[in-house]
Amino acid sequence: MIKVNSTTRKILIPLFSILAGFLVGAIIMLFYSYNPLQAYGSMIQGSLGSSVSIGETLRQATPLIFTALGFSVANSAGFFNIGLSGQALAGWVASIWVALAFPNLPTFVLLPLAIIAGALAGAIMGAIPGFLRAFFGTSEVIVTIMLNYVALYLSTYLMQDVMPAHFRTSQDATKMISHHATLHVDWLSHMFGDSRVHFGLFLALIALVVVWVIMKKTTLGFEIRSVGLNPFASEYAGMSSKKTIIMSMVISGTLAGLGGVMEGLGTYQNFFIQTASMSIGFDGMAVSLLGGGSSLGILLSALLFSILQIGGLGMQTGAGVPFEIVSIVTASIIFFVGIDYVISKLFKNKDNANKELPKTPIAKEVVTEEKDAQEGGRL
Amino acid sequence: MANSEYVIEMRKITKAFGAFKANDQVDLQVRPGEIHALLGENGAGKSTLMNVLSGLLEPTSGQIYLNGKPVKIDSPNKANSLGIGMVHQHFMLIDAFTVTENIILGSEPNRGGVINIHQAEKDIQELSDRYNLDVDPTAKVADISVGMQQRAEILKTLYRGANVLIFDEPTAVLTPQEIEELIEIMKNLVKEGKSIILITHKLSEIRQAADRCTVIRRGKTIGTVEVAGASSEDLATMMVGHSVTFKIPKQPAKLGPTTLQVKDLHVNENRGIPAVKGVDFSVKSGEILGIAGIDGNGQTELIEALTGLRKIVSGEILIKNHERANAAPRKITETGVAHVPEDRQKYGLVLQLSLAENLALQTYYRAPISEHGFLDYGKMREHAKRLIKEYDIRTTNEQLRAGELSGGNQQKAIIARELDRDADLIIVAQPTRGLDVGAIEYIHRQLIAQRDAGKAVLLISFELDEIMNLSDRIIVLHDGKIAGEVRPETTTEQELGLLMAGQTQAETAKEEI
Repeated sequence: MIKVNSTTRKILIPLFSILAGFLVGAIIMLFYSYNPLQAYGSMIQGSLGSSVSIGETLRQATPLIFTALGFSVANSAGFFNIGLSGQALAGWVASIWVALAFPNLPTFVLLPLAIIAGALAGAIMGAIPGFLRAFFGTSEVIVTIMLNYVALYLSTYLMQDVMPAHFRTSQDATKMISHHATLHVDWLSHMFGDSRVHFGLFLALIALVVVWVIMKKTTLGFEIRSVGLNPFASEYAGMSSKKTIIMSMVISGTLAGLGGVMEGLGTYQNFFIQTASMSIGFDGMAVSLLGGGSSLGILLSALLFSILQIGGLGMQTGAGVPFEIVSIVTASIIFFVGIDYVISKLFKNKDNANKELPKTPIAKEVVTEEKDAQEGGRL
Repeated sequence: MANSEYVIEMRKITKAFGAFKANDQVDLQVRPGEIHALLGENGAGKSTLMNVLSGLLEPTSGQIYLNGKPVKIDSPNKANSLGIGMVHQHFMLIDAFTVTENIILGSEPNRGGVINIHQAEKDIQELSDRYNLDVDPTAKVADISVGMQQRAEILKTLYRGANVLIFDEPTAVLTPQEIEELIEIMKNLVKEGKSIILITHKLSEIRQAADRCTVIRRGKTIGTVEVAGASSEDLATMMVGHSVTFKIPKQPAKLGPTTLQVKDLHVNENRGIPAVKGVDFSVKSGEILGIAGIDGNGQTELIEALTGLRKIVSGEILIKNHERANAAPRKITETGVAHVPEDRQKYGLVLQLSLAENLALQTYYRAPISEHGFLDYGKMREHAKRLIKEYDIRTTNEQLRAGELSGGNQQKAIIARELDRDADLIIVAQPTRGLDVGAIEYIHRQLIAQRDAGKAVLLISFELDEIMNLSDRIIVLHDGKIAGEVRPETTTEQELGLLMAGQTQAETAKEEI
């Protein structure tokens, strides 16, 4: 057991998890006779080796930052938002729709309008499960999973049957948005070898700061954290847990919606039929959990995920490792982060090594019993 | 060795949780064919002792004898096989199953893996008839009354061959008629040769049902008496005891206007069953009104209704002449109410947040701690530092997580936060539960200081000492109703004990003659 202080511990645990994940990946590659060093080499090469690959990595990280932030806000309020995919999809469709509806408005009007439309659509999608849980006690897990499907098929329906026909080039895709609505900026793209990195990157960085401010500096953030940690004490102190849960889901949905906007107005510049829930929704959850829910952590883990995903393509071409193996490496990293409780045992907290409260239910019962017994004991 | 005098003998049972002894050298001797009551206040150690007997807890030291032979009961299964069965207070039944299915659960009679349900039904019907239990083995648990569910529990223990039955507070959930029936059933069981241990703190039931009674207080055996030869007062005195009282001197109350007025208040508990059944009382500024009573007689629901945490069914709650029934907690708080909740870790604090944040839990949304929706952590820390100093909260600094403070300091933090808001009505529930003597005295002094400063204080406590020492008037809550109102200087702990156990003041007066 290594004794370290709590800050070092917070950094060491995810680092160790990542390392363990890479190690497992290497073992698997060795098992199938691939050279792990060469494979990891081409992963780095593919994701960070050139300005264009760096650009693509940053582009990949942009929506992940938004969805991960969305997950962390809801999670702080004790709400497990699995509906990020659907919320992102809603944002994507709404932003493209607005962009196509008013192609000739000036950029400073149209771009914000399209972004706000996407954010709003995500917010509404997020508010629904929040509202249902607050007022009817429904399980957010089931509702958000189901809403992912609703969003998925609704998006197809909206595009094929509701959007004006002249928005589409085929039954499967819309037209490209006009340059008044795009997040693409030439200088940024040029800087990274004409990659698809776009202005959304800066919006993502701003979002990281804004969410940090909301959660740590405002009364709303205080309420969200308090309700998430102890809804009973929060109600007692006059907070409304209903209102707080709905607000946290509105913020969460807004952020996820913006994640979808990044894909629409940034990466793809149009909308096309989706056959499965958007992966940025699920990856965002993993990024948020890996990053410990903090803004800095989310930034770093979003970058890591992007390196894995973009670099994974490089592994395929550079070292001939199938993309499935890359998925295994990613999965094992998430796995090791998931069991960070085990890894945290390695690094004992120096600050309060002896003060830790009993955590098992059995120990808790004993404590309660002891308390009750003392109470009676003095009568 | 008296081989057959006692069916169960527990000798010098000690059960320690860390440094604390829930049972300290407890003795219990149960004769075959008797109903033996185990009497004690909440937390006196009754449940711990019975958990030891039924194999849920292992004693730190001591020995259990069954029919004179030493036995080691290290699991509930072992207790079962020795013929010790427990009828739990909270029924362990599955609603969707029939009575038979519930009873055979875990020991299903089967032939080649196929459950022989008809044989089981027949056996259970026979048992039910033999002991006059009147249970339909084919009925679904969800469809039968609470009383019959309890009888199904009794059948379960009998079906498994129990010879000694432990009843854990069996009447807590029953109607008066069902209680009568239960006592009849228990008498039938002992007539058939079974032995019963009846855990309770209700004196009337003991007098009606039990042959002998062992009293436990503070984890120690006080004594065993023949019920026929003991009065209710004797039992109450043994149960409550005369512990050291450190009375804090207080001036006569200077009464001001009425701050809290409660009229015909009805409140339901979580399951929709009435818990507060028509309560009227008022608290004037400058006095402490104590509410005494045994746990579970409507106190929790009453406080939750007064503080807005629970909706009322009917009645009026007037705080400083404002109607505040069913108002939101914050509205009530802002009317001028401070509340020290019963469960400090669940309601009073957010344990993972810092002490400073917890101290601001009621005021974070107002200036100076926040402005325009933004928190000023500097101001929050200043506020915390001031309270830490004024209320003597022992902590390394204001950034420490509340969960890392000791119980006494957690309570001091809540008291500091609530009293600092200068509210006119202060509602405190179990303010000294689980605290050491020093912290208790500190909290008592604070409450008296508030009263002397002209505040109205409503004190809810299970601890008679506390009620007697602090209150200017005492009302006793029993079964959701006010059983009586007394003054501490003219009442005795015995009288209070009897009122708490459900006797009316008229009955109490009669027994005193």
